[in-house]
Amino acid sequence: MKLLLKIWRQKNANTQGKLVEYVVDHVSPDMSFLEMLDVLNENLVDKNEEPIAFDHDCREGICGMCSLYINGRAHGPQTGVTTCQLHMRSFKDGDTIYIEPWKANGFPVIRDLVVDRSAFDRIIQAGGYVSVNTGAAQDANCIPVSKQDADKAFSAATCIGCGACVATCKNASAMLFVSAKVSQLALLPQGKIEAKDRVLNMVKQMDTEGFGNCTNTGACEIECPKGISLENIARMNREYLVATLSSEK
Amino acid sequence: MTKIDSKIPQGTIDKKWSDYKSHVKLVNPANKRAIDIIVVGSGLAGASAAASLAEMGYSVKVFCFQDSPRRAHSIAAQGGINAAKNYKNDGDSVFRLFYDTIKGGDYRAREANVHRLAEVSANIIDQCVAQGVPFARDYGGLLDNRSFGGTQVQRTFYAAGQTGQQLLLGAYSALSKEIAKGNIQMYNRHEMMDVVVINGKARGIIARNLVNGKIERFSGHAVLLCTGGYGNVFFLSTNAMGSNASAAWKAYKRGAFFGNPCYTQIHPTCIPVSGDHQSKLTLMSESLRNDGRIWVPKKKEDAIAIQQGKKTGNDIPEEDRDYYLERRYPAFGNLVPRDVASRAAKERCDAGFGVNATGQAVFLDFAYNLKYKYGKTEATKKGIHSPTEQQLYDLGKEVVKEKYGNLFDMYMQITGENPYEVPMKIYPAVHYTMGGLWVDYNLMTTVPGLYALGEANFSDHGANRLGASALMQGLADGYFVIPYTIGDYLADEIRTGKIPTHTPEFDEAEKIVKERIHFFVNNKGSKSVDHFHKRLGKVMWDKCGMARNEKGLKEAIEEIKQIRQEFWKEVKVPGSDTEFNPELDKATRVADFLELAELMCTDALHRNESCGGHFREEYQTEEGEAKRDDEHFAYVAAWEFKGNEIQPQLHQEQLVFENIKLVQRSYK
Ligand SMILES: Cc1cc2nc3c(=O)[nH]c(=O)nc-3n(C[C@H](O)[C@H](O)[C@H](O)COP(=O)(O)OP(=O)(O)OC[C@H]3O[C@@H](n4cnc5c(N)ncnc54)[C@H](O)[C@@H]3O)c2cc1C
Ligand code: SF4
Ligand code: FES
Repeated sequence: MKLLLKIWRQKNANTQGKLVEYVVDHVSPDMSFLEMLDVLNENLVDKNEEPIAFDHDCREGICGMCSLYINGRAHGPQTGVTTCQLHMRSFKDGDTIYIEPWKANGFPVIRDLVVDRSAFDRIIQAGGYVSVNTGAAQDANCIPVSKQDADKAFSAATCIGCGACVATCKNASAMLFVSAKVSQLALLPQGKIEAKDRVLNMVKQMDTEGFGNCTNTGACEIECPKGISLENIARMNREYLVATLSSEK
Repeated sequence: MTKIDSKIPQGTIDKKWSDYKSHVKLVNPANKRAIDIIVVGSGLAGASAAASLAEMGYSVKVFCFQDSPRRAHSIAAQGGINAAKNYKNDGDSVFRLFYDTIKGGDYRAREANVHRLAEVSANIIDQCVAQGVPFARDYGGLLDNRSFGGTQVQRTFYAAGQTGQQLLLGAYSALSKEIAKGNIQMYNRHEMMDVVVINGKARGIIARNLVNGKIERFSGHAVLLCTGGYGNVFFLSTNAMGSNASAAWKAYKRGAFFGNPCYTQIHPTCIPVSGDHQSKLTLMSESLRNDGRIWVPKKKEDAIAIQQGKKTGNDIPEEDRDYYLERRYPAFGNLVPRDVASRAAKERCDAGFGVNATGQAVFLDFAYNLKYKYGKTEATKKGIHSPTEQQLYDLGKEVVKEKYGNLFDMYMQITGENPYEVPMKIYPAVHYTMGGLWVDYNLMTTVPGLYALGEANFSDHGANRLGASALMQGLADGYFVIPYTIGDYLADEIRTGKIPTHTPEFDEAEKIVKERIHFFVNNKGSKSVDHFHKRLGKVMWDKCGMARNEKGLKEAIEEIKQIRQEFWKEVKVPGSDTEFNPELDKATRVADFLELAELMCTDALHRNESCGGHFREEYQTEEGEAKRDDEHFAYVAAWEFKGNEIQPQLHQEQLVFENIKLVQRSYK
């Protein structure tokens, strides 16, 4: 098939960007979306033009590196998949496809479709861990966890830190991402001890990074490639409330 | 040929590590702060090492090329992690894990290291659970296990099909905790370009900031390379797009010996290649072999009909299916080790029984276990006495979904076929590299102060790695080995003081890096980096892949030289070196692959035997099994760099087997 692409080009963080048109031909439905961009880039290199910069690494939906806003949707038209898992069979001959980077205050553009998501790392650094040093652990089966809690904690822990939730949210809120980590650890006995400080510190860092407020539109849950549930936001709100009420600081 | 010292401690195998720990030199807490450690890589090995060393008080700097340490390729590991916990009470023990690993590696690994690995394996699970890693649990709230290939016990811990992700996020959380405390400085989007060696010791690195192209210098009292494997030398592999050999290769060129470069693992269950546009291959976890049965048609005409699209797997009646692994290896069946399973698939496909258009695929079929193992059990549980086929299917599907749901989804996404209804099609693909930088018992390379951990080193897995053992090794190295062994070296560094970066050695290393980059962005070539990488990959897959022979390897060496020459003439890298430029990143990596590939072939050519993942067609038994030559090849081949375009020198580390008898490996 033949496609018209309108792709965001931006030299670096300090310059203005704009949409530029490209045509790609001979696209096979078995190609992944990123392989289609590889083909385009190969053509650009042949023509001595600069290829389009985009983030990607694992290409199997788990590292969270790929991050394209395709036709107005984070990770494209399908639900439950990342950009790298999207295949061209989701498009048809003659389609026009808009490809843009994540757009949010917390995620400045580095180049073209590549953005800086280090804010997420800093939020985790604010408390997304259990303070246990290497070598200090007891036998694993001394901490039984009900299957139900373990499964819920696991579901929350499958967040890949891609940022689609932020990119989708009209307020550019990072609540889904933050609540996934808070929930995972709040559900497990290992995480309970530091639960209060954790939620307060992570929320504070989220605000510092310039992410917006959550107004419960639920768009994030729909676009999250890993199906992280809004339940986590509700749980975080409860954790936050309890922590504020009982905080002695 | 010189002998190399592996520094294996004295004593019986089960006492070596504990005795070592009691006697190793220590660095006192006050001195640790003044010691800088550079960790390159933030995968399981790097993140766990960095966090542990920072907790102990060292000043640590960590580098990764991704935009966050959480994205290292360990994240993609699916199936699980081994540990000798014996929670299943099925006869597992440290010795059995040790034994399985040595045997699985086809008797080409160092006993002392492997035993240590088995000893610390249980602690890894404890550590991860304490961090909040949500492993799968049973209804009693205790940890669950599954089986992996090459073993007869259930010792694999897992978190659905995302074990690597959960373990890495655990290590990343420990890393983040130490970053927050200021004990670790993290450098994302930085690529190590060279190691700096001063007076024979590793003293720092040159790194490139991938955002703005700046070349930066960093010094340290020790440098840990935790940079993963080099499977991408084949272009197509299950590794991430950015996985590369450059850090290890630069270390090799600075004097670190390269161990067993030819030992490559070809994983039997990957999604087959679909076309020329293919950029990478996707693994279907080995855990699927617990319940998936591998087969091809018995009759050639059925295979041909399937290849032509006239029949599907479901059209072939039970009696016309050849479950060739169950047939050839009744004791282990579908759970034979990877090298054995891969070769068996290749054998059937080469004989014309492949099941897709290219004839390069076999079936992995869940129908039987879905219905008759899980469906039946569920029906019994629910008190359904004579369930219909449909009921069995529906009940079984739920169980299979819970176990492998995300893998099935992934398969569906890529192929457009539904594996709950039609058998999966799979084919072997490059997955892991057992070879890597040679290290001694302390995990130190032949360059003092330069260490290699995780997949980047050659240790522990011999000529073939067992499933679920790489995660174990990465975390063992990082959490439980290096924190002890590094003291042995650093104890003598407490009076060294801060290492300056304005020395001639840093100048020289930086100059080489800059010249190379300058060359790339200015070369008026005509072909893209990928063009060369794909050509290299094809040569490697055809001639240094699942099966190798003398003639092919000799040809490969000539062809690689040819591609390399052309690369340096014709490569084209658009853009400049002062901006974000992924084509330039690729060029620097492929330049190194083009050299490493030759060393791999040289190693494969010299090893006149078949062992594990290294199958030389000249050396096989009548039944087509690998034929080892213990008399001449029971050694680690450690290669020393002697200069560009000069034959490297071979050193041998003789492997001594005191606890396990060398026998022909058999899974029959
Ligand atoms: C798809 C897949 C599934 C797997 N499943 C399993 C499994 O179920 N069980 C199991 O035991 N094993 C599995 N493995 C193997 C296992 O995941 C890896 O061997 C292991 O995770 C490697 O960890 P590592 O820390 O050594 O390297 P990696 O996780 O690859 O990390 C490498 C790090 O080095 C950095 N780096 C590399 N080069 C440079 C450079 N030049 N400069 C700066 N930084 C650099 C990267 O940024 C990264 O942070 C699987 C592997 C794959 C590919
Ligand atoms: S919550 Fe979902 S969308 Fe947000 S970062 Fe995590 S995986 Fe991505
Ligand atoms: S590239 Fe890793 S999730 Fe898409």
